[in-house]
This record gives sequence, structure tokens and C-alpha cells, in this order.
Amino acid sequence: MATTTRMQSPRMQSPLGRVLGLGSAKEGLQHWWMQRLTAIAMVPLAIWFTIAALGLIGADRAAMVAWMHNWAAAVFAILLIVAAIYHLALGLQVVIEDYVHGEAWKLGLIIVMRLWCIVLVGRGVLAVLTLAFAAS
Amino acid sequence: MSDPRPLSPHLQIYRWQLTSVLSILHRATGIALVVGAIMLVSWFGSAADGAAPFAAFQGFLGSPVGLIVLFGCSVAFFYHLCNGVRHLWWDTGRGLELKSVYASGYAVLVATVALTVIVWGVGLSRWGH
Repeated sequence: MATTTRMQSPRMQSPLGRVLGLGSAKEGLQHWWMQRLTAIAMVPLAIWFTIAALGLIGADRAAMVAWMHNWAAAVFAILLIVAAIYHLALGLQVVIEDYVHGEAWKLGLIIVMRLWCIVLVGRGVLAVLTLAFAAS
Repeated sequence: MSDPRPLSPHLQIYRWQLTSVLSILHRATGIALVVGAIMLVSWFGSAADGAAPFAAFQGFLGSPVGLIVLFGCSVAFFYHLCNGVRHLWWDTGRGLELKSVYASGYAVLVATVALTVIVWGVGLSRWGH
């Protein structure tokens, strides 16, 4: 019995998985890191946005243009949109991976979700730039 | 799913407790904030589209349905923000003892309610003027 124990893999990986070369694709750290980076970035950005949005209750388009003519506000708005939707894409990916079974559905949904997030970021960033460069 | 390997017990087997409820809430609010992201982009997007689309969207935000959606998004956001900071604190390897986990959990709930009350208090008082 002692011999059998010694022959087993000391790793948290089955012998079959080892032979097939299954395991980490080394991309987990990037996911983890970007989730934290976007989270940290959003703490000040979200506080800034909440205060700014409170000042724009019932505002008209002219007020939005005046707000976005401040270059710092426009940059913060773009950073918030990018960080929020990047963070959203990472979070939704984990949710899909957890609850959607079957590789085809899982991969398909992740692709659709990612493309949708890219469209959302594009729409948001373009909107901020449009307002930032709009005539007042 | 005909794989005969053992499954871990399903969620309903476990007794409800603060730690698991807050964990589930973090994911639930994260998913709910899909709506928040759409609202954020639509707000800027409609303003970029023109004065009339923006006035329409602002009008929607001020309508009963809009206010309910906005309120839900704000509560979800404040919770996810506070609990997210709690997660970042854990990432430094601190606050992981059971007592600290419960203390920070209650702190997150108090902070969520406080932020919601303050922001909606300021918002509603400004709205009247």
C-alpha cells in the first residue's frame, strides 16, 4: 500500500489530467488582477460620478455639454464607463462559467456577452466624446 | 450530466447565515448592475443623440418606473461597492477571522443603508427645487 501511495501524484491533479496536459491556461491571474484593478479604479470614480449626477438631476442637454466641456470630467466619465463595463464582463464571465453547462453554450454566451460589452463601451465612450466636443 | 461523480450538497441544504447571504448578494447585485451599466451608457448616449432624446430619458428617470429602477440600481451599486471594498481588504490577507468577517459584514449592511439614505435624501431634496 505504501508503494501505491508514493506512486500517486503529489499534485492536486489526476494522473489522467496530467497525461492529457489539462489544467491552468495561465490566464486566471490576468482575470483576477483586472477585476481588482477595475474595482479599485471605480471606488473614487463612482463617488465622483454619484456627486456629479446629483448635481444633474433634471438637467437638460446643455448642462451635460457644459459638464463634459471640463476635460477632467470627460476623462473621468470615460474611465468610469471602461472600468465598469470591463469589470462587468469579467464578473458575467464567471457567472456564465458557473451556471451554464455544456461547452458550446458556455463559449457561445461568453462570446455574445463580450461583444455586447464592447458595443456598450463603444457607445458610452463615443457619447462622452460627442458631448465633450459639442458646440455649447 | 449523467456523470455518476458525487455532487456537493445543494444550496438549500445549508442553514442561512450572514456570510453566505452577503456572498450571494454580492453576485446578485453584480448581475443586477447589468441594468445599471445600460442606464449609465443610455444617459450619456441619449445626451449625445440630442436634446429631445436626452429630455425623454431624463423624463423616464423621473417617472415612477424610472425611479424604482434607479433606486434598485443605486442600492445594488452601494452594496456591491461596500462589499467589494470588503473583498479588497480580504485580498490583503486581513480581516479573515470569523469575528472580523461578521463585523465587516454588518458594517457593509449599515454603510449600504447609510449611503442609500444620504444620496436619496440629497437627490429628492434637490429634485423639488
